[in-house]
Amino acid sequence: MDTDLMLKVYPFFLKAAWVTIELSLLTTILGLACGALGAAARLSRLAFFRFLGTAYVSLFRGTPALIQLFLLYFGGPQIGIQLDAFQAGVIGLGINIGAYMTETIRGAIIAVDKGQTEAARTLGMSRFQTMARVILPQAARLMIRPLGVNINALIKGTALVAAISVVELTYTAQRYIGSTYKPFEMFMLSGALYMVIIYVAGRAIAWADRKARIA
Amino acid sequence: MNDKTPFLDIRHARKSYGSLEVIKDISLTVDRGEIVAIIGPSGSGKSTFLRAINDLDPLTGGEVWLEGTQVNKKLPHRQYEKHINQVRQDIGMVFQHFNLFPHLSVRGNITLAPKMLKGLSDADANKLAEEQLDRVGMLDRIDFMPSQLSGGQKQRVAIARALAMKPKVMLFDEATSALDPELVEEVNQVMKKLASEHMTMIIVTHEMGFAESVCDRVLFMDQGVVVEEGPPSVIFRNPESERTRNFLRKHLEGVRS
Repeated sequence: MDTDLMLKVYPFFLKAAWVTIELSLLTTILGLACGALGAAARLSRLAFFRFLGTAYVSLFRGTPALIQLFLLYFGGPQIGIQLDAFQAGVIGLGINIGAYMTETIRGAIIAVDKGQTEAARTLGMSRFQTMARVILPQAARLMIRPLGVNINALIKGTALVAAISVVELTYTAQRYIGSTYKPFEMFMLSGALYMVIIYVAGRAIAWADRKARIA
Repeated sequence: MNDKTPFLDIRHARKSYGSLEVIKDISLTVDRGEIVAIIGPSGSGKSTFLRAINDLDPLTGGEVWLEGTQVNKKLPHRQYEKHINQVRQDIGMVFQHFNLFPHLSVRGNITLAPKMLKGLSDADANKLAEEQLDRVGMLDRIDFMPSQLSGGQKQRVAIARALAMKPKVMLFDEATSALDPELVEEVNQVMKKLASEHMTMIIVTHEMGFAESVCDRVLFMDQGVVVEEGPPSVIFRNPESERTRNFLRKHLEGVRS
């Protein structure tokens, strides 16, 4: 293993790691927003919204994320959607992970005991008040860990945007392999940095989960 | 509302799930301050009937009236929601499994709805919580979380939570069925106290002794109908119907064994 080479190029990989982190954070935010909307639609009283929610989930979980990215980035301009690679990456991955988060959030909400809704409604609280003050605070605790699983998958999933030439960890490794012909070293560097990012994210989620349990 | 308007009036209640009829034309009138027990085997429809009174389990036929207001009015969704949320404030309900809000303290459980629905200030809501908890003997647990309470204590808090809305009638759905035997009495004591304060109550229960000592009237339900009703002395000592006699005999055997 050529450690000298690794030491020489690692600053460039650190820079690429920041791009991966940025991608991950923005994707998480967009994913949570899509997930919240999707879950609200799936749980709606109105069949039309339930249909929209279900269609969203089955469409984006039922096709490869890579195809979705290609469609958005390469196919987008044909229908008037002009995005740079980074934007396409965030939007494509965000909407994709949002479909998974929809199911996570919905699962946590329906896991809250039905008796809670009955007790709140019996006191005279509206559907919305019941959801906001009784169900969601309890569901929030239940969804932290499974959302953590989604986020873990999402961070690794950001590697896909290398295929649309976003200069993140995976693409950077490929670039340096092109000039050094050392795939083992370069992929090791990338992999190690992914591990660090995922470790930190995992700790943050565990911390949030603990915090929610105490509160 | 004139003097002849009944306090709580349930007219020709029916409920079916597909072809399965669980409530078959039950009518019941309850006076203000009256305490009615509903007994019967499981699956007789007594809980469903009770839950129909505040429209938690909507009837498929019949009407429920409380002080001249129809509870289960047929209205467009939005108007119905507004109406039912208002009416339910007058109908307290206590569940078998307490259903306290686990993320809120005892105080929070009691003040949540009055603050939100009646616009009580923090100070007023606190005072209300203290009053109601005192009423059920739980004032010293006001800052506990539900998970720190025994079953009997949870149920007393649940009763205080319902009382805090100042309901006109209280519904008890097997309030002591989930409790360990030694915890039943403390909840019964609270219900007896409410009875002595002339709270109107409808109590679905398996506890015949309690029903006999507290209630003004007993309904025996089986297979979706009221088989027999009358004062507890008659229903428990001298029932007319064979079905009632069978049920009571089986129930007593069950209690003894």
